[in-house]
Order: sequence, then C-alpha cells, then structure tokens
Amino acid sequence: MPEILNMLIASLIPLLFILTYAIVILWVEIKVASHVQDRLGYMYTGGFHGWAQPIADLVKLLTKEHITPVSADKILFTLAPIIVFASSYAAYAALPFTSTFIASNLNVGIFYIIAITSFVVIGILMAGWASNNKYSLFGAMRSVAQIVSYEIPTALSILTVIIVTGTLNLQEICEMQKGGIFNWIIFKYPPFMFITFLIYFTASLAEVNRTPFDIPEAESELVAGYHTEYTGMKFAMFYLAEYANMFLVSGISAILFFGGWNSPFGEFLSGPVWGVFWFVSKGLFFVFLQIMLRWTLPRLRVDQLMYVSWKVLTPISFVNIMIVGLWAILK
Amino acid sequence: MQANEIFEKIKSKFEDAIVEFKPDAVVEPYLEVKPDRVKEICEFLRDEPELAFDYLMCLSGVDYGNGTLGVVYHLYSMKHSHRFVLKVKVSVENPVVQSVESVWKSANWHEREAYDMFGIIFEGHPDLRRILMPYDWPEGSYPLRKDFQVPEFYNGMKVPY
Amino acid sequence: MATFEITTRSVKGDLKTDTMILNMGPQHPSTHGVLRLELVVDGEIIVDVIPHIGYLHRCFEKHAEQMTNYQQVIPYVDRMDYVAAMGNELAYVLAVERLMGIEVPERVQYIRVIMAELQRIASHLLAIGTYGLDLGAFTPFLWCFREREKILDLFEITCGARLLYNYIWIGGLSHDLPSEFGKKLKEFLKTFPKALKEINDLLTFNKIFIDRTANIGVLPADVAINYGCSGPMLRGSGVKFDLRKNEPYLVYDRFEFDIPVGEGKMGTVGDCWDRYYVRVREMEESLKIIEQAWEQLPPGDVHSAIPKKVRPPQGEVYFRTENPRGELGFYIISDGHTSSPFRVKARAPSFVNLSVLPEISKGYMIADLVAILGSVDIVLGEVDR
Repeated sequence: MPEILNMLIASLIPLLFILTYAIVILWVEIKVASHVQDRLGYMYTGGFHGWAQPIADLVKLLTKEHITPVSADKILFTLAPIIVFASSYAAYAALPFTSTFIASNLNVGIFYIIAITSFVVIGILMAGWASNNKYSLFGAMRSVAQIVSYEIPTALSILTVIIVTGTLNLQEICEMQKGGIFNWIIFKYPPFMFITFLIYFTASLAEVNRTPFDIPEAESELVAGYHTEYTGMKFAMFYLAEYANMFLVSGISAILFFGGWNSPFGEFLSGPVWGVFWFVSKGLFFVFLQIMLRWTLPRLRVDQLMYVSWKVLTPISFVNIMIVGLWAILK
Repeated sequence: MQANEIFEKIKSKFEDAIVEFKPDAVVEPYLEVKPDRVKEICEFLRDEPELAFDYLMCLSGVDYGNGTLGVVYHLYSMKHSHRFVLKVKVSVENPVVQSVESVWKSANWHEREAYDMFGIIFEGHPDLRRILMPYDWPEGSYPLRKDFQVPEFYNGMKVPY
Repeated sequence: MATFEITTRSVKGDLKTDTMILNMGPQHPSTHGVLRLELVVDGEIIVDVIPHIGYLHRCFEKHAEQMTNYQQVIPYVDRMDYVAAMGNELAYVLAVERLMGIEVPERVQYIRVIMAELQRIASHLLAIGTYGLDLGAFTPFLWCFREREKILDLFEITCGARLLYNYIWIGGLSHDLPSEFGKKLKEFLKTFPKALKEINDLLTFNKIFIDRTANIGVLPADVAINYGCSGPMLRGSGVKFDLRKNEPYLVYDRFEFDIPVGEGKMGTVGDCWDRYYVRVREMEESLKIIEQAWEQLPPGDVHSAIPKKVRPPQGEVYFRTENPRGELGFYIISDGHTSSPFRVKARAPSFVNLSVLPEISKGYMIADLVAILGSVDIVLGEVDR
C-alpha cells in the first residue's frame, strides 16, 4: 500500500511543479516580450504589474466551450492534446530535481527521455489530421518533419556527453559534477563541450517549436497551425505541453552541461534543499534565454530549417563526437 | 518630343485610323483614334525607338453621357520622358474596343475594371471578368455609367435606406 | 472556410501529381487587409496565384461624381490609402489646381512638402514593421510603431487628426503650423536616425531575415515597367525613376536628395530584400528633405489662394505624384458648367503593383508568398477604392 502511495506522490510532485511553473513563466514571457518591445504589458490584474493575469487566463480557458468541427475525427481530436501533454509530463519522471528526489531513478534515464518525447510527434500529427483543416494539416506535417529531423543533432550531442560521463543515469551524471563550477561537463575537453552545448541548445529550440523554428504554429502564415481548431482546456493542454517541454529541455541542458542540482561554489550553499533551488534556477535561466530569442529573431522557412538540421548541425555533431571520442580514448 | 511631333509620326503611318487631334485642349493635347485600330497604334508607339512608350500610366473608362462611352490611355516613355494621351470613343450599343493587354501587361487589370464599371468589351483580353464588384452582381449592370440605377434589393437586402 | 478541392493536373512529365487549391482567404493575418489569394499549389510549391479583390470597394469614383463641389471629395480621397493619407490629398489637390491654373504661395508648398515627407516616413515605418511581423520578427513592429506615433503626434497638433486629415485644401491648407511644431519636429529629427539604426541592426542585416527575403520574388526591370509598377517596386528592380526628380512638382527641385535603387546587394537585383532596403533608405532621404524644407520655410498666409468657388474650366488633367507606395495619379474630367466633377479616376499604385504578384511568385513556396506580398506593400483601401 505505501508503495502505491509513494508512486502517487512521486508522480504528483512534477505535475504540481509544471502547473505552478507554467503560470509563472506565462507572466514572465509576456512581461519580457513587452519590455523588449518597449511597452508595458500586463499592468492591472491583481495590482502590481498584473501578476494575477495568468490565473485569470487559466480560469477563462477552463470555462470555455469545447468546440469540435463537424467533420473532425472525434476520437483523435480529443486524444491529441492528451498525448502531447502526457508525453512531456512522462519525461519529467527521469529528471533529478535534487540529490534525494528523482521520480524514477532509471538506469537509462536520458535514453528514456529522448524516446518518450518523440511521442509528441504522434500527438501533433493526430491534432493536425483530426481537425479536418488544410492549414492544420500543413502545420502538423511541417512540425513532424521538423521534430524528426532535429532529433538527430539532439541525440548526437547527448551522445557526446555520454562519452564523457560513461553512464546514462541522470542522477549519477549530476553526482559526477560535484565540487564547484569547473567540474561541470561544459568545461571538460574545451572547447568541444561548449560546441556540443550550442548544438544541443539550437536543436532543442526546434524540438519545442520555438522561434526561430516555430513554423508549425506560425501565426502569420497558417493562423495557428495544428492547434487552430482547439478551444478551452484542450488548447490549454497544448500550451501547457509547450511550456513543460521548454523547461524539460532546459533542465536537461542544465543537468548534462551545467551541473544539475550542484552549487557552483562547491560545498557552499549545497545540500538537498539548495539542490532544488540550483536546478530550477538553471532551468529557468535557459527558459528565459529561449523567450528572449523568440522576441528577437524572425523565423526560418521550412526548407532552410531542414538545411540547418541536416547539412549544418548533423555533420558538426558527427565531427564533434569523433574528436571527443578520440580525445577520451587517448587520455 | 512634343505632342505635335508624336502626332505627325502617327499620322504618317495610320492616317485612316485618326478621328481627331486636339492640340489646344485643357490641360494637355490628345489624339482620338478609331476603336478597332487602337492595338496597332499602341504597338507602334511602344516599338518605335524614337517614341518608346513603354509605360502605360493609366487606362480609364469614361461615360460621356449622351450614349457614348470612351477609353482614355495615358502613355509615358521612360527613356525619352515624354507623355501622350490617346482617346477612343464607342457607342453604348456596341462598346467594343481592341485590348492592349498584349502591348502593356498593366492594361490587364485596368481593362477589367473598365469592363466592370462601364461595360466596355475589350476584344482579345485573355480574362475579361469583373474585378471589383461581387461575383454575383447582375450582368448588364455597370455602376459607373451615368444612367445607372441603384438596385432596390441585393440578395434579399433592401439597398437604399 | 477552407474547402478541399483537388484538381488533377499532370505537372512533371509522366509522374502524375495532384495540385491543390488553397485559399488564403479574405480574413488572414498576413494579407494586409481583405484580399483573397487563390493558390494553386503542388505540395508547397506555388503553381499559380489568382488574386481576388473588391472586398473593400466603396465606390469612391461614383461618390466623387455625386459631390456638390470639388472640395467635398477630399475626405473621400483620404480614405483610399488610409495609411498615407497626406499623399492622396496632395495628388488630388495638385490635379485640381493644375486644371484651374491656381498658383499657391511658397509657404503652402513648403508645408505640403514637409507633410508629404513625414507621411512617407510614417508609411514606410508601417510597411517595414508589418513586413517583419509577417516573417516572425515580433519586436521591430512595435519599435516602428513607436516612431510612427511621434509623427502622428505632429500631425495631430497641426490639424487635429492622426490618420485621416482633410488638411490639404484646394489652393492652400486648412490650418497653419502651430508654434510648437518646430520644437517637436526638431526632436523627432534628432531621435529618428538612432531608432532607425536599432531597427536596422535587428532586422535588415539579420542573417535569418536575409535568408527569407534574398533571391525571393525577383522582378526584372523590363517586366516591372511593362506591368506599370512604380515606387519602391520599380526602384528595387534597379530602375532609377522617382517622380520627385523626373517630373518635379511643388518645390522638390530645390532640395538635394538621393534616389535609392536596388543593387542586388544580398542576392539578385529586384528581390524582396532590395525592395525592403529601398524603403529603409528612402526614410533617410526623406529626413534630409524635411530638414532642408524646414530651414527654407518662408512666412506667409496659407489661406490666401483658396478660391471662393472651385469651378474649373472644361477640360481634363492627369496628374501624378510620388506616393510612398508608388505613383498615385488622378484623372479628373470637368465639364465646365457644374461645380461637381464629371469623372474622377484614381490610378492607385497598389492596384497596379498587385497585378504583378502572379508573375513573380510562380515556383516559390507558400512561406515565400507571404514575404513577396509583404514586399509589394499594398493597402487594400487603394486597391479597391
């Protein structure tokens, strides 16, 4: 009995984290967007700079009517947002928030995460097809092509890190980076780990469909791409899944390259509780970086995106692996 | 080149197509030609190296009121920087003018608009259909004519209010 | 909304492929108004584009004939190209003044030049901002609008209106410049080059933006002339033709300014980037003109030449001016014995520029069509009148 209770609590904690984080990051995104664009953004709801606005948005989305297009495929239409959210939530099971809490300490942690986030592709394709709308179908097809192509540089850069660490277990990878900022993996084998991080960051931007890779939801071309026909809570799930994905890939870059839940000062300010603080703030820093990029750069066209993935990122990551591998052997 | 010289050049080749040349019109002189010779004259104007009218500034339809419709061509030459005005007059019963779409492609949409608003048929236009009025505007009803009556009902909605 | 119609057409030799008809409907975020584009696409490649216009047709020309006098047409003319209304008024009023043979005082001409050039900057700011927005760059749009607000403030203190002015009257202007105009204008002239540099850094020389716009929608010069294109579309293709220099009106022949022409710096001559960059540089040139005009501004009375009765002699005139979007021409026929116009035809630049769209977008992708349409810079009010 306690076993099931344990599992239940362990699975609810990431969910609660995702929900609170999504509300906060929604406010942060709009505020960053407004200040970059030289305007104010949310100001009124709740008093100081509209901090209660995301809560109001959430309530509004929850109370909206679920409209299904007449000739849509009803089962797939309802299933799609669930799959998209579930796959990104399931990946949180292998994220170590601190040294004493990880929902499921898999020995193949990072491999499991890469595999389960590929489920998002199925969900998006279902959403595009089931909407019975040419634009949604276009958006879904583009998204599938994009995510599948960018899996390769992502996996290759993660492979480079695995060569350095020798293990797929995320908790052990964090343990290995104990002892201060210069033990972090990004400073090993300079500068190749840094290049690996850049490749991973770019490829993961494409994985989460953020600008400059956001053609699946390109607002000015396809209205809203694969989630055009969704309303209410289903639409909220797509949005939640996108933000959850953003933190997921940021968290993985924090773990693989920047020490995870380790403090940069070695023993000072470290411990199980401080671990949560360091991990979440590193993740949030990369999420902030992704938000800034969205409001700065224009978006790439479909074929240019494919070009970047197959002809630029993949060859560079191959060369990277070979060099790091040789270096590791010869050491 | 002045309008007189241009007129002399046209007269030397197309004496029989000219109806009237008014050198003292307000504001600039114009030449009126026959509606079934317009295309040849325009090709000559465009291809002759001394005239080189390669830019059609504007093509307008006009309803002169007493049963005459007309088309006015304003031409410009990028190379020589001179302008010229051509006019054509047709009657309402037989409003057929040769199309100059093959001479200047900009005439394509201008002629469609003249057809839409005045009912002037351009012979030889590849795609003469309405451009500004809705798809179901009745045939034979041309809004910019002087005798145009606003329809009472359009698609079941009462029009004058 | 979007209906599925699959036309079977053999496109590549013996491989039978289907082309799909896609509707970029009247309501669409990036068609800059109510424009319906019927696309015949083969996968993502465009085979044909058929524009359908007329959704914003407001019968301007018929209204102009019903007005009791020529001055009443000016507010209608405003509403054609609602983004750059001063240019429309200027073209119409200059045409009527030419027909009547009115000479306006120098002060009126200088003020008209200042207003027209300010309007040119405001219109190009909107064109650039929305172009970035179409391509996914959300920020330059708001920075451009911040600068545009300063220009609209200048217009507001002069004539009370931000967007549709009824300011340029036949024979003069409706109001003289207020006393604080000079100070605000000088502030604007000082801060604008810096803002323009910021926008350039963010958008114009951004690698992603160049990849999206270079070598796209190439318009050769002879095709442009044959299709009657004008304004930045024509100059982007390398043709050095500007009505302010080739057929000077008002006092433009007293100013020193340059005509930017597309040179194919980032790709081919006549691609979208060239047209966009011509607009950016035209804004810098307009700044120069405004500075010179403000220094040379003579004193005078702006109402002195306004006639009591506007009754042009019998005749007709075709007058064209350089609008931000191209050559705006008014063909006015007056029959001499009534005080209302007999025929007013507006030759709108966007109407003619839009007709070249099918020609330059064959063979590109749908995402490129958005870039091409943005670079043509149409305003549906002008296209449909």
